[in-house]
Amino acid sequence: MVSKRIVLHFPHRLGDQPIVYKLAKEYNLEFNILKAYITPQEEGLMVMELRGSEDQYNRGIVYLESCGVKIQPLSQDVIRNESKCTDCGVCVTICPTGALAVDLKSRKVHFYDDKCIACEACVKICPPRAMEVNF
Amino acid sequence: MKTIKEINEKIKKGQAVVVTAEEIIDIVEKKGAKQAAHEVDVVTTGTFGPMCSSGAYFNIGHSRPRIKFGGGSCKLNDVPAYCGFAAVDVYLGASVMPDDDPHNKVYPGEFKYGGAHVIQELVAGKDIRLEAHAYGTDCYPRKKLDTLINIRDLNEAVLFNIRNAYQNYNVAVNLSDRTIYTYMGMVKPNLGNANYCSAGQLSPLLNDPYYKTIGIGTRIFLGGGIGYVAWQGTQHNPGIRRSANGVPSVPGGTLAVIGDLKQMRPQWLVGTSMLGYGVTLIVGIGVPIPLLDEEITRSVAVRDEEIFTQVVDYSLDYPQMVSNSLGEVSYAQLKSGTITVRGRQVPTGNLSSYSKAREIAQELKSWISRGDFFLAEPVAALPGADSGYTFKPLKERPTGEVR
Repeated sequence: MVSKRIVLHFPHRLGDQPIVYKLAKEYNLEFNILKAYITPQEEGLMVMELRGSEDQYNRGIVYLESCGVKIQPLSQDVIRNESKCTDCGVCVTICPTGALAVDLKSRKVHFYDDKCIACEACVKICPPRAMEVNF
Repeated sequence: MKTIKEINEKIKKGQAVVVTAEEIIDIVEKKGAKQAAHEVDVVTTGTFGPMCSSGAYFNIGHSRPRIKFGGGSCKLNDVPAYCGFAAVDVYLGASVMPDDDPHNKVYPGEFKYGGAHVIQELVAGKDIRLEAHAYGTDCYPRKKLDTLINIRDLNEAVLFNIRNAYQNYNVAVNLSDRTIYTYMGMVKPNLGNANYCSAGQLSPLLNDPYYKTIGIGTRIFLGGGIGYVAWQGTQHNPGIRRSANGVPSVPGGTLAVIGDLKQMRPQWLVGTSMLGYGVTLIVGIGVPIPLLDEEITRSVAVRDEEIFTQVVDYSLDYPQMVSNSLGEVSYAQLKSGTITVRGRQVPTGNLSSYSKAREIAQELKSWISRGDFFLAEPVAALPGADSGYTFKPLKERPTGEVR
């Protein structure tokens, strides 16, 4: 089994097609949509966790790409600007998944991007604005 | 018993023993305060948190023809600065923001840029746009100026913060049912989180609770350069409640500090945006404490378990000036990640970076060990616990009552 968090960019021509439905129906993949929106230019963006057998996951990804959906791993989209972070730790109680946590010994703040669900709750509450989102 | 003069002699010879306020804890525990006072000369402290009552003044240099900002107006990168002085002296506050900032009209406001950011960019060596308008006089005829300036060309660039390094601070919680946005960060409803802001056992005034060594004229680490304690900070409140060890269990003393901005570094003066609140400056401060006697040595060995502070509701009590504590907690509890308030486990977050405070204490320690930094004898003491000096609320009076 594999389970990955990915970001899907849908070109506007796919706006009326049931792409995600096919992932479940044809490839037997479980999906958990973490975030979805359509921009004014009608490009769709969806952040989801996708889970299934490795073979079916890979075929699902090939299907998405063949439709013209652009896929990025989530960890590339929410990043911490290390030069701005002061390791204060005010973000840790705001992060709902524990992706931001204080190391009790070094008192530095760690960002575990594999736990991040791109909710962006940290972005504006970070005093030096060190969390950056690049969708 | 030692004197500051003797310690400076040792620093000069490279023989001074310097440790941080964290490292002294184990030394005093193992050897006792008497022996530690004998062996260690200086303890370095540090703090790195948002300090809104900060700012800097500049002398821009005279243009040809001359212009007098005083009575006019000026802006640095669109951020208004105070120029009610003579011709080209300007003071820029950390919390000021551009006139067209939407503030909290779109709630919660983002406050992306303000005085603190200008100060950080200046220190980083970036060019800053200066616009000034004046009314013009016979001796200062010019009425408009629009130019780039750079810190290296300024005559003076001086950081002058009127209240920094609070001796202890509240823990902010929210008892209401809506999220609030404060200078203590975003506080979630129904005791969703608890934000605190102190370096605890590393914090300068918590290591010298009765201001026995820190006074006016004390030389300090300020923003990565060298600065001085200029005065007690505004709202200095030495007569407050203290624990048996003398450490205030509510906000107590404060420092006004000054130093040459040209020596400072942008990593230790960070422009900051508090969502829904405003702009502020994170300031790095480190104060050396000479171990002149056993009593001072016991003070610097204070640990997070022995420093207590009050949990305060920021939804109603704080804004309405209601003095009410929801309980007392130690910094050890706060640093564990959860505290208990009204029987509930509440996750904690710090606004003040402990790891950076540690770096500051280490850096100051290395300056002193290398002989690059000498201790300064205070020229006057800060108002002490028994001085009667207090921090009073405003007594509002009807305006018709002019005396």
